[in-house]
Amino acid sequence: MLGPVLETLIGGLLTGVLYSLVALGFVLIFKASGVFNFAQGAMVLFAALTLARLAEVMPMVLAIALSVAIMIALAYAIELLVLRHLVNQEGIILFMATLGVANFLDGFGQTLWGSDIYKIDLGLPRDPIFLFESVFPGGLLVDPSELIAAVICAILVLVLAVFFQVTRIGRALRAVADDHQAAQSVGIPLDYIWLIVWAVAGIVALVGGMMWGVKLGVQFSLAQIALKALPVLILGGFTSIPGAIVGGLIIGAGEKLAEVFLGPVLVRTFDLAGGGIENWFAYMLALLFLLVRPQGLFGEKIIERV
Amino acid sequence: MLYRETGQFKTSYVADQAIFPIAQDRWLMLALVAFAFVGVPFLAGDYLYTEVLIPVLILSIAAIGLNILTGYCGQVSLGTGGFMAVGAYAAYNVALRLPDINLIVAFLFAGIMAMLVGILFGLPSLRIKGFYLAVATLAAQFFLEWTFARVKWFTDYAPSGSVAVGRVDLFGVPIDSPLKRYLLVLAFAVVLALAAKNLVRGRIGRMWMAMRDMDIAAEIIGIRPLQAKLSAFAISSFYVGIAGALWGFFRLGSWEPLAFDINRSFQVLFIIIIGGLGSILGSFLGAIFIVLVPIFLNQLPRWLGIPISTATISHVEFMVFGAMIVFFLIAEPNGFARLWAVGKEKLRMWPFPY
Repeated sequence: MLGPVLETLIGGLLTGVLYSLVALGFVLIFKASGVFNFAQGAMVLFAALTLARLAEVMPMVLAIALSVAIMIALAYAIELLVLRHLVNQEGIILFMATLGVANFLDGFGQTLWGSDIYKIDLGLPRDPIFLFESVFPGGLLVDPSELIAAVICAILVLVLAVFFQVTRIGRALRAVADDHQAAQSVGIPLDYIWLIVWAVAGIVALVGGMMWGVKLGVQFSLAQIALKALPVLILGGFTSIPGAIVGGLIIGAGEKLAEVFLGPVLVRTFDLAGGGIENWFAYMLALLFLLVRPQGLFGEKIIERV
Repeated sequence: MLYRETGQFKTSYVADQAIFPIAQDRWLMLALVAFAFVGVPFLAGDYLYTEVLIPVLILSIAAIGLNILTGYCGQVSLGTGGFMAVGAYAAYNVALRLPDINLIVAFLFAGIMAMLVGILFGLPSLRIKGFYLAVATLAAQFFLEWTFARVKWFTDYAPSGSVAVGRVDLFGVPIDSPLKRYLLVLAFAVVLALAAKNLVRGRIGRMWMAMRDMDIAAEIIGIRPLQAKLSAFAISSFYVGIAGALWGFFRLGSWEPLAFDINRSFQVLFIIIIGGLGSILGSFLGAIFIVLVPIFLNQLPRWLGIPISTATISHVEFMVFGAMIVFFLIAEPNGFARLWAVGKEKLRMWPFPY
């Protein structure tokens, strides 16, 4: 009994890492500009599409470099054409604007790059490997590409943490996140900072898109995966990078366990036409959790004043 | 010169509290409603009813519902599609299981069911706020969508999972032509819009607005958040539920849960943002815009004689739509309703500049 549970758990955790990658992009932008960026999912799709199509005509390394450049250009365009004109608007207006951007990017990416299913081949080993064969009969089945994704995610988080804590720009970013006006008054250029944040979020989207692309192939449904990152966000707190990671792990593991073990029970009990409870389980989990801790796992304590 | 209230003295409280205190507004509204009931049937064809007028009116009702919750009470919801589904399936099941029931009663029942579900999913709003709440309402969206796809009872054990309404009639009159459907939907829209307009001007509407502007301050002056927020969720869901039932019965005829997916929620949200948050009129203007733009974008290449594939058209449609939303938000963040208000203000002075 323990074997299958552990196997599901590990599979879930590894998927959770990929959710974290998408959630990370949300958190970066929300932290630095207070924008709830719904376009993150569209950015993941766009980045993955760009990479997949570029890799068809050039070596992978070159394609990655060019995709990074394109994501930075995209960040610049969003800052120049959208955000700059919406400074000081309410949160919901900015949120709606990112919905518009998401719509635009979905259409633009598919017009430019086509709308079939594309493959990203990073040359990662795809053959499943077995762990702990001595402990459990048959061992635990693990997909090595997911393990590598987890390692890449860990490296990315480490790099981001160093970037935020140590570098000059990182300090400026934290200052902007803390208080826009105060940061501006000590001479931090807001436009520039936002550009950097969106560019970093774009690169995170590229890494996320790359990993999802390896796992599922690059297709339109990648944009929907971003929706799965939302419960991760509220579970971990909108403003916390560790929250995005831990939230992703909890959601990924909880979802898989629920699908495998709770799903069949529900189907049997209520005579349902199939399981698929992972569509909503993450949200319900996050919702119940929020009732206990409204600011999420690692979110800043909400202090309200009149 | 035409539009000014000079000389219109209010001599009673009733006159002072009228929905449209200015005579010109009143006459314009009456003329508009009369035209919609009497004039339009002489002018419009079936295409106009099924593709434009009926969707606009139904989406307006849904938008009024969401506007009550988001525009007036300040609770962002992304679960509109789910609540519409509740309405649609409730009406379907009532009509199926009680064949003799009056259609209006079935629709009211649909509204009430949606209302109960809305209250249930509104409970978290007492604890969580802002975007956390928006994401939490997604839980409602996905859970409800899943429920109607999986629980066989709701779809009457249909193997395909899609449901179809049979012949519907109202007081013995079969509702079978687009014109009759249009008139029924119009009647619902007029009654519900008037009710909403009245509601938001009264005590309960002010309660919501106080909640929206600053909930802590509202609490301190004695507004109960439980009452204010849950009533907003209840009434909003009631409207959305009726809209969902109308959408299922008179727009789709047969549907599956996918018809009420998250894109429907976003569509209604777009309507109220483009139309104007906290405006009943804006709900209608936004719905007109949202329905007409895709039709226009679809036809445009044909009019211009540019040959492009349907797939490309749909992608370009996405692009143009997204760009337009961003453009409108930059140009007028308060929506069409604000443009209308500015226009009225200008008209009041006309032909003088001040």
